[in-house]
Amino acid sequence: MLPALVVERLAKRYPGPPEVTALDGVDLEVEAGEIFGLLGPNGAGKTTTVGVCTTRVLASGGRVLVEGLDVHAEPAAVKRRIGVVTQQNTLDRSCTLRENLYYHCRFFGFSAAEAGARADELLDRFRLTDRAGTFPLALSGGLAQRVQIARAIAHRPRVLFLDEPTAGLDPQSRLALWELVAELRKDGLTVLLTTHYMEEADRLSDRVAIIDHGKVLVTGTPGDLKRTVGAGTIIQVQLERPEAGLATRLRELPGVREVDPMPGGLVVMAQGREGLVSSLVEAAIPYGLKDLAIAEPTLETVFIKLTGRDLRD
Amino acid sequence: MTEPGRLRAYSAAVWGMMLRDLQVLRRNLLPFVTRTVMNPLLFVFIFAYVMPKIGQGVQTGSAGITYATVIVPGLVAVGMVFQGISAVALPLSMELGATREIEDRVLAPLPVELVAIEKLLFGGLQGILGGVVVFPLVYLVPAAEVTVRVASWPLLVAVILLASLTSGALGLALGTIVRPQQIGLMFAVVVVPITFLGCVYYPWAMMHPVRWLQILVLANPLVYMSEGLRAALTPDLPHMPVWAFLGALSTATLLLGAVGVRAFVRRTIS
Repeated sequence: MLPALVVERLAKRYPGPPEVTALDGVDLEVEAGEIFGLLGPNGAGKTTTVGVCTTRVLASGGRVLVEGLDVHAEPAAVKRRIGVVTQQNTLDRSCTLRENLYYHCRFFGFSAAEAGARADELLDRFRLTDRAGTFPLALSGGLAQRVQIARAIAHRPRVLFLDEPTAGLDPQSRLALWELVAELRKDGLTVLLTTHYMEEADRLSDRVAIIDHGKVLVTGTPGDLKRTVGAGTIIQVQLERPEAGLATRLRELPGVREVDPMPGGLVVMAQGREGLVSSLVEAAIPYGLKDLAIAEPTLETVFIKLTGRDLRD
Repeated sequence: MTEPGRLRAYSAAVWGMMLRDLQVLRRNLLPFVTRTVMNPLLFVFIFAYVMPKIGQGVQTGSAGITYATVIVPGLVAVGMVFQGISAVALPLSMELGATREIEDRVLAPLPVELVAIEKLLFGGLQGILGGVVVFPLVYLVPAAEVTVRVASWPLLVAVILLASLTSGALGLALGTIVRPQQIGLMFAVVVVPITFLGCVYYPWAMMHPVRWLQILVLANPLVYMSEGLRAALTPDLPHMPVWAFLGALSTATLLLGAVGVRAFVRRTIS
């Protein structure tokens, strides 16, 4: 089966001065029916990648195929096959919610009756029927995002692009949106999701690509990526005097794979933690042990391991 | 998709956008009418009703023709161009700016150039509506007699169509180039001079004594709309030859349209 989306050696430079390289050879392949997460910090090139894939940004090099169609050569045909939810609320302020859906369908060649029926069906499915006559400015961020998703899938696209869909949403709206995205896969939709929330990428995606400085660093299932950390347990140790001697001592403890410095302490990566914590505490007390946190590896750990920075840097 | 299929899809999308714009216009009918009639209504009221009544009427220089007649074509032309600008430039400047409402249309299955052309066409349509709303006012309000006579219907239709397209193209060019925060400035720098120097209140030929200005205003598209409507509605007044205003309006539409479409593409695809 043809991959839903193929991105090959994608480059984008914005002429300066100063010249900015937003994408520096991005490669991705998204299978049909998959939810694919593009995870990276702000400015990594996620939105630019989505921009090129959705015909709104012209690449400086490389190519993008949506279901085998080149986005540069056949933008109109590609636009039939994709749905796009942008980071910003771009709902038509002059039109009601129902009209936003209705006219979107008309742009895609639906007849008046088909467009009306589709708009009503979506309002019902997204639990927006009682707000059909509301104008977008009266909506909360979470609701506006729900309408944007309804609008993006209204013409029954094959590939849906969600660019930072939960940025700026409150936790409750974020959860609701995650449920919604998970539901979309039942429609057989392929989803490309960009996010800088590692939890979002982890929970929603079948596969994740981690992107930084316009390059894909690694691609895999969230489970596989976390296993590359090489540890089942991550112990963060806060110290008053984080001296090098402790790291050397900790590395000798059974089960410890790696000890890395972090601001104000050390990060210990270990396999299994039986008995480890007590020996670790004992060793750390002379260095002014302040606090200790035990966690499983996350995509954030993977990112830190690959770049030496965390996602919020 | 095959060529006819593609054309059908594109025209369906453009039609959908027209319907959307019409719906928004319908919703804003009252502001639309108010915006359109205010300026011409006050103008004819003062210059064609009050001034003649208090013995301050403007002389026309043509025997038997009232000033009220002279300004009819010009004010209709202003109504059209003003609508072209407010229908296209103002909303487009917003949609391309902070709100990015244009995105959903940019993502519709047609080349973005056609999204820009739809705006131009809708601006033209609203321009025609603007002219239609203004005409009865300038015809009925004056105290003096207004003599309007359609010499040639095909000429009138051609002038109205070309003038409306020029208005839409001007609106598109301004809306894509002017940033939302400069809209107020645009009115002062573009709209006001265009109106005052658009041969609205006097025929172009009568400007002969101020020769330099007569030549300078030829850069103003409104001049050709006013002169064209003058030729079509008040043929007894001096007016430019038909080839001159039809040619100039076609050129202006093409030039402004090209500038507007290019700027639109630049603003939507980076």
